[in-house]
Amino acid sequence: MNWQAIRAIYTSEMGRTVRTPLQSLVSPVISTSLYFVVFGSAIGNRIQQVEGIEYGAFIVPGLIMLTIMMQSVSNASFGIYFPKFIGTFYELLSAPITYLEIVIGFVGAAATKSLVIGLIILATAAFFVELRIAHPVLMLSFLVLTCVTFALLGFIIGIVARNFEQLQLVPLLVVTPLVFLGGSFYSVAMLPPFWQTVTHFNPVLYLISGFRWSFYEVSDVGVGVSLAAIALFLFACLAVTWWLFRTGYRIKS
Amino acid sequence: MTAIVDIRDLTKTYGSGHQALKGVSLQIAQGEILALLGPNGAGKTTMISVICGITNPTSGTVTVAGHDIIRDFRAARATIGLVPQEVALEPFANVADTVAYTRGLFGKAPAPDRIEAILRNLSLWDKRNAQVNELSGGMKRRVLIAKALSHEPRVLFLDEPTAGVDVELRKDMWRIVGELREGGVTIILTTHYIEEAEAIADRVGVINHGQLLLVEDKATLMARMGRKEMLIELQEPVSALPEALSGYSLERNGAGDVLTYAYDSQAARTGITRLLSDLNAAGLNVRDVQTRQSSLEEIFVGLVKEDA
Ligand SMILES: Nc1ncnc2c1ncn2[C@@H]1O[C@H](COP(=O)(O)OP(=O)(O)OP(=O)(O)O)[C@@H](O)[C@H]1O
Ligand SMILES: [Mg+2]
Repeated sequence: MNWQAIRAIYTSEMGRTVRTPLQSLVSPVISTSLYFVVFGSAIGNRIQQVEGIEYGAFIVPGLIMLTIMMQSVSNASFGIYFPKFIGTFYELLSAPITYLEIVIGFVGAAATKSLVIGLIILATAAFFVELRIAHPVLMLSFLVLTCVTFALLGFIIGIVARNFEQLQLVPLLVVTPLVFLGGSFYSVAMLPPFWQTVTHFNPVLYLISGFRWSFYEVSDVGVGVSLAAIALFLFACLAVTWWLFRTGYRIKS
Repeated sequence: MTAIVDIRDLTKTYGSGHQALKGVSLQIAQGEILALLGPNGAGKTTMISVICGITNPTSGTVTVAGHDIIRDFRAARATIGLVPQEVALEPFANVADTVAYTRGLFGKAPAPDRIEAILRNLSLWDKRNAQVNELSGGMKRRVLIAKALSHEPRVLFLDEPTAGVDVELRKDMWRIVGELREGGVTIILTTHYIEEAEAIADRVGVINHGQLLLVEDKATLMARMGRKEMLIELQEPVSALPEALSGYSLERNGAGDVLTYAYDSQAARTGITRLLSDLNAAGLNVRDVQTRQSSLEEIFVGLVKEDA
């Protein structure tokens, strides 16, 4: 392993965050606080409780998931697309590094950023509502796995994207709807039966459900199913990444 | 000679179907400076990109320092530094960081002293904390060079390092190339400035349409360049050369009013004085005399034209 290279990529990617703290860290916190005001206070006044949990507290896991998924995708996709766009990608190709090391560097950095954001949101949420985390270790595992998986997804999007439009289109048209319809703000049980069935095809549902279980021990699907789902998702992303690099698709002519 | 870069039958066909390299074989010795000349689109950058791992070869093999560039890419690439033709740099990074980044990518532990020495040598030390996008074009090119040197490569590729840079930087470049060569670094550079090849190269290669037309010692080429020509313009055209002048290597042009005399400018006697008096004796009146030297440029242009 070329650890120096992994470190170089990782620190240089993290450096971008430090240079742009407003965009990287403050903006997700602000938008989360807005969600709290809108969903937690406005709607929460009418709903009050979901499955025996205060609505404001109920949405916290979903909100964290929503943000880290979107952040992981956008950070990682931009991180790898940017060198392609400005032409510095040659440096990665000509360095004595394997594709695995490139992935670890970029995906590791993107995942770290969203993990930090997730924890900041968690801390922010603690100011608004009373939080209870029943299974902290499991909670953290879900968080880390989701960050890594969606960073990988973003990495794939960044490699495949031909231009900035495509870079934003996939997250906008695919990731955002899945994430919003994955039960961040409601329990699936609240939906009409038909939409319940549809929702079960949404992989994000399983992640949010499992994550929420690690807080309140309530879930839409069994926590084992959730873990299996995230493992499957992670594996699928790894397989696609491996294929991309093996064939050099959109990487190397 | 054990070649530090050994290229055998290298071909490259791009996805578009364009064959950019058509079987190039080239051995480059440790410590030499090879200049690659060739018109736009000849395949110079393609060849460098294949060796450095930026594009895949279609067929053929390349080893660098004895390591196959595909099977043993880690060891091969670790020895290579590359200054690309296009200036591409992360715009928001600062100068020292971006140079240190390259060193890291190449697997070397951080060495601030080493980076400092490189930056000082390239007159970038004052700019070490500046953002890359605050630099002028020439300075950006220096940063590219600093990056390429950051991991102490044994083989350095310079793809048109002096395109669009001022005289000072060009001279700086030549000086640095000289210093690196002292340290045993092998340098392959492409250039459109023939005087650059003349000034610093040990060997010169000419490439066109993806084929290597010639690789020759600069000294041999210079010897060829040592041939000078004198053009003698006559007042009256002659239909044939007088018998008395048959001892000279003289050529008559089409109209017969210009004679071309080829001679070796390095020789002790050029024979010019004697020729002129013999011309006079033969009754030919000289109106004007010109001399010209065949330059590397002419050799190069001639080769490329022949190949077209
Ligand atoms: N990525 C690519 N896809 C398809 N064709 C390419 C690609 N890169 C280069 N070519 C073609 O290959 C040929 C050789 O290009 P190359 O860049 O190697 O030339 P060069 O000798 O470096 O020229 P220059 O002096 O202009 O830099 C050109 O005809 C070019 O159009
Ligand atoms: Mg070129």
